[in-house]
Amino acid sequence: MSEESKVDCGRRRLIIATAVVGGAGAVTAVVPFVSSMLPSERAKAAGAPVEVDVSNLAPGQMITVEWRGKPVWIFNRNQEMLDTLAKLEQAVADPKSDGKQQPEYCKNPTRSIKPNLLVAVGICTHLGCSPTSKFKQGGEEGMPADWLGGFICPCHGSTFDFAGRVFRNKPAPSNLEVPPHTYLSETRILIGEDRKGV
Amino acid sequence: MASNSGYDKYKSDGSLKGNLLEWFDARFPATSLWRGHLAEYYAPKNFNFWYFFGSLAMVVLAIQIVTGIFLVMFYKPDASLNANGVPVAFASVEYIMRDVNWGWLIRYMHSTGASAFFVVVYLHMFRGMLYGSYRKPRELIWVFGMLIFLVLMAEAFMGYLLPWGQMSFWGAQVIVNLFSAIPFVGEPLSIWIRGDYVIGDATLNRFFSFHVIAIPLALLGLVAAHIMALHEVGSNNPDGIEIKKNVDANGIPLDGIPFHPYYTVKDIVGVVVFLILFFGVVFFAPEGGGYFLEYNNFFPADPLKTPPHIAPVWYFTPSYSILRSMVWPVFGLEAKFWGVVAMGASVVVIAFLPWLDRSPVKSIRYRGPIYKSFLTAFVIAFLTLGYFGTQPPSPVGEVVSQICSLIYFSFFLLMPWYSKIDKCKPEPERVTFK
Repeated sequence: MSEESKVDCGRRRLIIATAVVGGAGAVTAVVPFVSSMLPSERAKAAGAPVEVDVSNLAPGQMITVEWRGKPVWIFNRNQEMLDTLAKLEQAVADPKSDGKQQPEYCKNPTRSIKPNLLVAVGICTHLGCSPTSKFKQGGEEGMPADWLGGFICPCHGSTFDFAGRVFRNKPAPSNLEVPPHTYLSETRILIGEDRKGV
Repeated sequence: MASNSGYDKYKSDGSLKGNLLEWFDARFPATSLWRGHLAEYYAPKNFNFWYFFGSLAMVVLAIQIVTGIFLVMFYKPDASLNANGVPVAFASVEYIMRDVNWGWLIRYMHSTGASAFFVVVYLHMFRGMLYGSYRKPRELIWVFGMLIFLVLMAEAFMGYLLPWGQMSFWGAQVIVNLFSAIPFVGEPLSIWIRGDYVIGDATLNRFFSFHVIAIPLALLGLVAAHIMALHEVGSNNPDGIEIKKNVDANGIPLDGIPFHPYYTVKDIVGVVVFLILFFGVVFFAPEGGGYFLEYNNFFPADPLKTPPHIAPVWYFTPSYSILRSMVWPVFGLEAKFWGVVAMGASVVVIAFLPWLDRSPVKSIRYRGPIYKSFLTAFVIAFLTLGYFGTQPPSPVGEVVSQICSLIYFSFFLLMPWYSKIDKCKPEPERVTFK
């Protein structure tokens, strides 16, 4: 064991060099396998914008469409719903929409282009469940008595108001995402694409 | 053992002996393996009820592997919709249930086996805690065991996606999104795990691959390591004392008995009782009241609609409650990151038990009142967390889960202190046995 004088240093260096080269080769061989698990070219190419007709959407009504595999809500809020937004400024975590969850043109009190029509990705910013509608005020739908209406995530109980703003001290870290969208006409919305000028 | 491997191999004249077993032994350590691990592996004679669960875990593993092999013959990991508008994967499970001969039995054995696995593994782990089986020199057995537990959780989680029902889909959605809470690398990491920007066909296929190939291989390797480590140091027992301290002239522990036939026979009794209960569930309550197979999972996956109440399968609910109990952002990092950290820590901390426990005794039989109180509080907290994990989020549940999480972590993190100051009873010299 301790006969160090007999160690052939040249040979030892060769062994180390061989091990290093072999190790580097083994690590490099991992790259294609790890990389194969990233989204494929086909997955990357998917996700075209979706066009939605909102002419039949009555006040207080909401529809869900699929965009990039996610639910997108188009929600025609009535005046009563919109009136709750100002009252909740203190209760929500990001009342002014300072986070990056919306395009610049939706950074306003209603988080929308048209005040009544909210377009939002219906995916909780906590862990990706789709929140459930709780539009009725008060405790009728199992919510607290001072509930003004909005959404609750069934998974971890994050609550959102009618503008998709998250309430304080809830697991969800930020407001619901507002996707880039454009009005093609008064009643047709293109979801997934920004075109300058509404 | 190694020194024995050449025993009796040669006749006195140096030639190899003649019969078939001897022919074999000269080329493969069959007899020495048999003796080392079974016929001459001396286990303490005072094993009780709690010592069934290790061998039962192996029985369940065998059930899962055999039923799994047959399920793969009929199951199709494909998220695309068939002509009836049903996802192919979901439809193939229905096909197994309705049209494959005995398919319902094979599938219910597999789904019940998943829950049974966690029942026996949780009890097996609790046995280790009761009798201090993780203490020196058995730390590595415990660490291998914890790795088995982690791998088992991954196996169960990935397997649960395969039926491609609503709970499969949304459960996977939540768990994969957990990784996105990690600062900086989280988002790319979760995309890499999914193989897409949302849970989809790519995710289903890779989870299938991991569930049937990668993880079972790792599991088998770890089980082998767990048992080899156990047989290297010998089994603990309900008294938590070393039987190797009292040996006869041949070095055989006085309180030890050969594993075979004594414990093989005893374990068979355990297996029979277990199988009666197991098939009771398989035949009469395969859904386990909605806890083994969740009702929402009988609906095909719908990426646009989360079921109104989503909860993980029962065996993940304690961890899930701990995750939910973290609602405060700290150090500028969002609450969900801390939820993930707490959940991860709640599992990892168990692996450190061998080094957290400073008690002079191993077994609960000789521990003092402080440890017993902490252990009782821990068990109650664990069960309470499990209960609230099955329930929809509520303000009461949140506060109770926060208190129970605190108790859970206190049990481990205060252990170096309270296990040391406790008033223990003296350990006996020999195992207690009637």
